[in-house]
Amino acid sequence: MKEKQIQKFLMGILRVALLIFGVSAAAFFLLAISPIDPLQSNVGQGALGAMSQEQVEKLKAYWGADTPMIQRFFTWAWDFVRGDMGVSLLYRRKVSEILWEKAAGSLGMMALAWLLSGGMGFFLGSLAGAKQGKWQDRLITGYSLLMASTPAFFLALLLLMVFSVWLKILPVGFSVPVGVEASQVSFADRAVHAILPAAALSLTGISNIALHTREKMIEVMESDYVLFARARGEDTRRIIRRHCLRNIALPAMTLQFASVSEIFGGSVLVEQVFSYPGLGQAAVNAGLGSDVPLLLGITVVTAVLVFGGNALANLLYGMIDPRIKRGDGI
Amino acid sequence: MKINRRTKTIGWLLLSAVFLITVTLWGCFWREEALITDFSRKNLPPCREYLFGTDFMGRDMFVRTIAGLSLSIRLGILTAAASAVFAGILGICGAVLGKAADSFVTFLIDLVMGIPHILLLILISYACGKGFFGVVVGITLTHWTSLARLLRGEVLQLKNSQYIQIASRLGMGKLQIAAKHMVCHLLPQFFTGLILLFPHAILHEASITFLGFGLSPEDAAMGVILSESMKYLATGKWWLALFPGGLLTITVLLFHVLGDSVCKLLDPGSAHE
Repeated sequence: MKEKQIQKFLMGILRVALLIFGVSAAAFFLLAISPIDPLQSNVGQGALGAMSQEQVEKLKAYWGADTPMIQRFFTWAWDFVRGDMGVSLLYRRKVSEILWEKAAGSLGMMALAWLLSGGMGFFLGSLAGAKQGKWQDRLITGYSLLMASTPAFFLALLLLMVFSVWLKILPVGFSVPVGVEASQVSFADRAVHAILPAAALSLTGISNIALHTREKMIEVMESDYVLFARARGEDTRRIIRRHCLRNIALPAMTLQFASVSEIFGGSVLVEQVFSYPGLGQAAVNAGLGSDVPLLLGITVVTAVLVFGGNALANLLYGMIDPRIKRGDGI
Repeated sequence: MKINRRTKTIGWLLLSAVFLITVTLWGCFWREEALITDFSRKNLPPCREYLFGTDFMGRDMFVRTIAGLSLSIRLGILTAAASAVFAGILGICGAVLGKAADSFVTFLIDLVMGIPHILLLILISYACGKGFFGVVVGITLTHWTSLARLLRGEVLQLKNSQYIQIASRLGMGKLQIAAKHMVCHLLPQFFTGLILLFPHAILHEASITFLGFGLSPEDAAMGVILSESMKYLATGKWWLALFPGGLLTITVLLFHVLGDSVCKLLDPGSAHE
């Protein structure tokens, strides 16, 4: 029994490793087949034209533009595994340094949005499911459908218009106040700047989690054991607490971890609106500025976060669910 | 007379279909007009003549919005259809062609889902040299996963049914069975999945264009309109973002309604409601 579990665990790890390798390979080749000339976009059309043929050849050799793609990939991958992610062409600094800096800037905001959207989504979803067909349900599903149809960046624009331009109570953008030395920035300043981006992210993020939780809740409410509990005379409050919440906790957890990818995707857009200097904005700048090493670094790190989240969900699943803990299987 | 839910659903379906078709055709008509600049009427707030106001180059925002929506809808239909066909082929192949093919397809699904859509769109758009082509390829290659997973599950279930097993014992090949017995079962699922892909395709097209990877700045596309509006928000030109974005939201919402209605009408279990 034990052996089987360990084997399953190892297979899981192997699978995640393979997936991360696959993502890096896919990202690398996508960027390598691009018709955008790395020389031209990094040196600039004018500067490239002014260089002699010899200089251009030298530069090409320096950047290894002529070595075959596969060889380049393995060189890059090997360096990456050893911790050398290359040098960003845009910032002229180590990719790993920039990733740290950008992540430190926006991970807090993203985590806040992630927890808020998960918590609110779970609460609203189970409320709607428990009151299926009543006005609460209609309000919540209506809200979720509306939010699912609203582009995250448009919501961000609306929030910006109302709270920053019109009411002038929250900052227009950036993660710290303008014109203040880095050492002088207080935690409160950072928090105030994170409110609007986090709100835009979680307001849209709620809808997906709420709708799925609602469906699960309805399924549970129609189950035999809830019917039996009702027949025994338990009231709805107690049924929800004792039977429903426990049964929808597991799928909700999977949803919560699966939403890591969505939160990150949304943050790319929202950070662009608020000029918030985080990973998302770095990804956009890297893409627009043809900064291949940085874009690759961001992609691989995000993939690790997403797969790591999923793997963690599976692991927690096994620890929380008594059926899996006993090894019955479902 | 009491209106039952089926009639109501058909009503919603017709309403959203009429709205979407009108906007699409209307926008095709206004393609040239959306580009007209007139500096004598720049930065006008909404009024009776210019419903959505005008921008810094004196372009009529209402015309631009309709043209942009039309472009978005047409692009959405193209990419959603391509994506759905891709999903259909991969989903069925994965389930029918044996274990190796199946694990390959599930691996591919997990791989694509592991990169956030927007990031993958940036990568693919970069690979295609940005622009229109990049958007089409990008959205096609990112949106097939959930439908493929759904169809694969459906086929796996079908494979255990008796008539499929009998057909196989009678000597029909795997692909023959797939074409003759499975496709007709999957078509309703396929079509509702296809319609439910539209809103996502449109949203992502607008998003990637908003970031600057998609359609070129000259085009009257929703993403372009909204990213331009961003520069003028701080100076109080609220109408540049509010109306186009609002109409985009309504369009996407109506596609959701359309998909849900079709789903309800096709489902035999709800026929009596």
